[in-house]
Amino acid sequence: MDAISNSASRTALLEASGVSKSYGARIGCIDVSVTVGAGEVLGVVGESGSGKSTLMKCLSGQIVPDKGAVIYRGNDRKPVDVFSLSEMERRRLRRTDWGFVHQNPLDGLHINVSAGGNVGEALMSRGVRNYGSIRASAQDWLERLEIDPSRVDDRARSFSGGMLQRLQVARNLVAAPRLVFMDEPTGGLDASVQARLLDVLRTLVRELAVAVIIVTHDLAVVRLLADRLIVMHRGRVIEEGLTDQVLDDPHEPYTQLLVSSVLQI
Amino acid sequence: MSVQLHAEGLSKTFTLHTQGGARLPVFENIGLTVHAGECVCLDGPSGSGKSTLLRSLYANYKPQAGAVHIRHDGEMIDMVVAPPWKIVEIRRRTIGYVSQFLRVIPRISTLNIVVEPAVANGRKIDDAYASARRLLERLDIPERLWSLAPATFSGGEQQRVNIARGFVFDYPILLLDEPTASLDAGNKKTVVSLIAAAKARGAAIVGIFHDAEMREAVGDRIVEMNFSAGRIAATRATIRNDVALSRRSAPTC
Amino acid sequence: MNRISPSKPVVWTGYNFAYLDEQTKRMVRRALLKALAIPGYQVAFGGREMPLAYGWGTGAIQVTASIIGPRDRLKVIDQGSDDATNAASIRRFFRSVTGVETTASALDATIVQTRHRIPETPLRENQVLVYQVPSPEPLRKIEPRESETRKMHAYAEYGPMLLTLYEDIARYGRVASAYNCPVIVNERYLASPSPIPKFDNPKLSHSPAIQLFGAGREKRIYAIPPYTSVRSLDFEDFPFEPSRPDGRCSLCGSETSYLEEVIMDDVGGRMFVCSDTDYCRRRREGKGEGPVRAARAKA
Ligand SMILES: Nc1ncnc2c1ncn2[C@@H]1O[C@H](COP(=O)(O)OP(=O)(O)OP(=O)(O)O)[C@@H](O)[C@H]1O
Ligand SMILES: [Mg+2]
Ligand SMILES: [Zn+2]
Repeated sequence: MDAISNSASRTALLEASGVSKSYGARIGCIDVSVTVGAGEVLGVVGESGSGKSTLMKCLSGQIVPDKGAVIYRGNDRKPVDVFSLSEMERRRLRRTDWGFVHQNPLDGLHINVSAGGNVGEALMSRGVRNYGSIRASAQDWLERLEIDPSRVDDRARSFSGGMLQRLQVARNLVAAPRLVFMDEPTGGLDASVQARLLDVLRTLVRELAVAVIIVTHDLAVVRLLADRLIVMHRGRVIEEGLTDQVLDDPHEPYTQLLVSSVLQI
Repeated sequence: MSVQLHAEGLSKTFTLHTQGGARLPVFENIGLTVHAGECVCLDGPSGSGKSTLLRSLYANYKPQAGAVHIRHDGEMIDMVVAPPWKIVEIRRRTIGYVSQFLRVIPRISTLNIVVEPAVANGRKIDDAYASARRLLERLDIPERLWSLAPATFSGGEQQRVNIARGFVFDYPILLLDEPTASLDAGNKKTVVSLIAAAKARGAAIVGIFHDAEMREAVGDRIVEMNFSAGRIAATRATIRNDVALSRRSAPTC
Repeated sequence: MNRISPSKPVVWTGYNFAYLDEQTKRMVRRALLKALAIPGYQVAFGGREMPLAYGWGTGAIQVTASIIGPRDRLKVIDQGSDDATNAASIRRFFRSVTGVETTASALDATIVQTRHRIPETPLRENQVLVYQVPSPEPLRKIEPRESETRKMHAYAEYGPMLLTLYEDIARYGRVASAYNCPVIVNERYLASPSPIPKFDNPKLSHSPAIQLFGAGREKRIYAIPPYTSVRSLDFEDFPFEPSRPDGRCSLCGSETSYLEEVIMDDVGGRMFVCSDTDYCRRRREGKGEGPVRAARAKA
């Protein structure tokens, strides 16, 4: 665990320090410091209510923490404190550098818009103005996520839950973000559908060298995807390390409980 | 020959919080030195901590005390305190680890599982696949299985896939945890020759083998771990050449 | 027969010139100046209740009332026609509250208030075109929250708007809407051109006239200053295509004006005539632009 704090020698893409956020008397997260390197997949695990999503929202600039700083080092850009950016700059960052995969695909998709439109919107937002090339990239990405590219003009509404989630992933990866936030991306999916999504995610994340922060309570998901893990309990990070270290040799009582309550990971 | 791996003062105790905080000391203050081109075999009764030591060398387990120095890019780096990204890099390029069980990745074909370490290390794709095929052939995996995910394979088949994956790239250091447990005589011989070849190219190997025959065939030294009554009774080294596993007081290389 | 003004305007008494009190006019003028300074940007203004229901051009009427002076000549059209009921009543209203001269001629008018068309006759400097705008926010159909659309404008986040065009092409092979095709004003703000046919969109750009847009219900004003670039939203490979007239006017023979279909009798007889009645009339009277080619319809 101590080893992690030494990772400063390699520049972090996102670096949070002392992030705290409470909702009145209820605690969201307390004094969380965490870094993600370029191309690194960081898993955030913990029971529900442990502060995972709050932390995620703070890291992605969606809510302002009571305390702490989040530094982002974008492409050739100076490190910026996400919360000292103007709203415009923050929105631009979210639009150009980051992606967001929500647990419920309906939160991240336009259900009445075609698959191609859903995927292509990120390109249009970044100024691409060629219909043909937008549609072609969308098809390419549908294929990469194992969705029949001939369905590019079908409305999202007509897709199954698993396909919707993959569509959401495509929409987030198409414009080559540097960092993608995923909150329980496999949440509502049944096991076989989940496996497919995970497999595709694993391949793409490695291939694109995109950094990912993935919140989940499913240890199999992080085993497969994450390079590194942080374990949250009652708002705090109680344990962190390489994924296999944390899962195979957990030290904290809560982490041991978490790991032992899963059959085979 | 140069020292590739040098562990010292290693202690490992598990505290089982889910079982009333029971403490399970496995070993205390032990050391191990492995040179290029040699194979050190760990021996001892079941539960004596052989796998725990091997995992600690790989930084899969986190020892409470001690250091595991690994030669990586000509530099000695301590796996116990190295930052995670460094460990990931060392595992990619320097230390290969073959366990008894294959961790199956859903839907990835056997061939792709095997080839991955070579590709990850920048081998030319064609060369990498050629090596992967050659290994699968040598290890008797029928070609019709190569395109399948090994989830449904027999234990022995999975184990051989795992071995192929461990030898597809020439790691300077190899950690082998019972790689031959359920293999037939023919395949064991193949593994013996793979290990011999690795040694010949200068790999430093730490292995756990159940049968004495394998240890005889590949081991240069045998280190016995003995553990009873919940504490380390002895860390006696039964060795061909020198004392490799020792208390702090003893020289470690 | 250009002037529609009756010889003797009936001027209402007991009202301020142009109905609005001077303070309100000043407030509207301030909004107009701001709108002209930030082309395409929607400026909120504290609209007054007008003696007309919303949807009848109350926003545009307040704009007109705030800029009109005694020496102006006002033309009011509704879908190109000076004779439509709505146009006639607005014209009557302004005659009554200002006593200014009204006209049907796009050449003579200094102010043209319009609903859903831009006159065929090219406008000149010193002319003001005032549009009636039913819904000023082009982003509304994709984003219901006003707080969010404001930010989208502020940060020029117009990707989602392009998405609606994308969807049209994906579904119909072309951009489906023939009216109210959104534009980028001065390469900055996305704006609704009001429900003019896309035939008229090119006339928005680099017009010598001042173009003012008033939305009464939403209380928004925006503007296009003279000689300002106005680009219709499109894709490179599906460039904006203003609709072409498919035929010629049965009355004046024009092949270049925007036509509308009129039913002539109750057995289904129909013909296509200029929607801009002033333009059509002037061509028939031989004063219009271009030769009169077609035989005149018998009617
Ligand atoms: N992750 C773990 N958490 C808790 N205890 C563990 C863990 N791994 C190993 N142990 C315990 O440490 C001790 C040593 O186990 P280890 O697997 O290292 O033995 P081994 O010598 O490899 O035995 P075998 O010959 O049966 O493989 C055992 O008591 C085991 O239960
Ligand atoms: Mg073992
Ligand atoms: Zn005509």
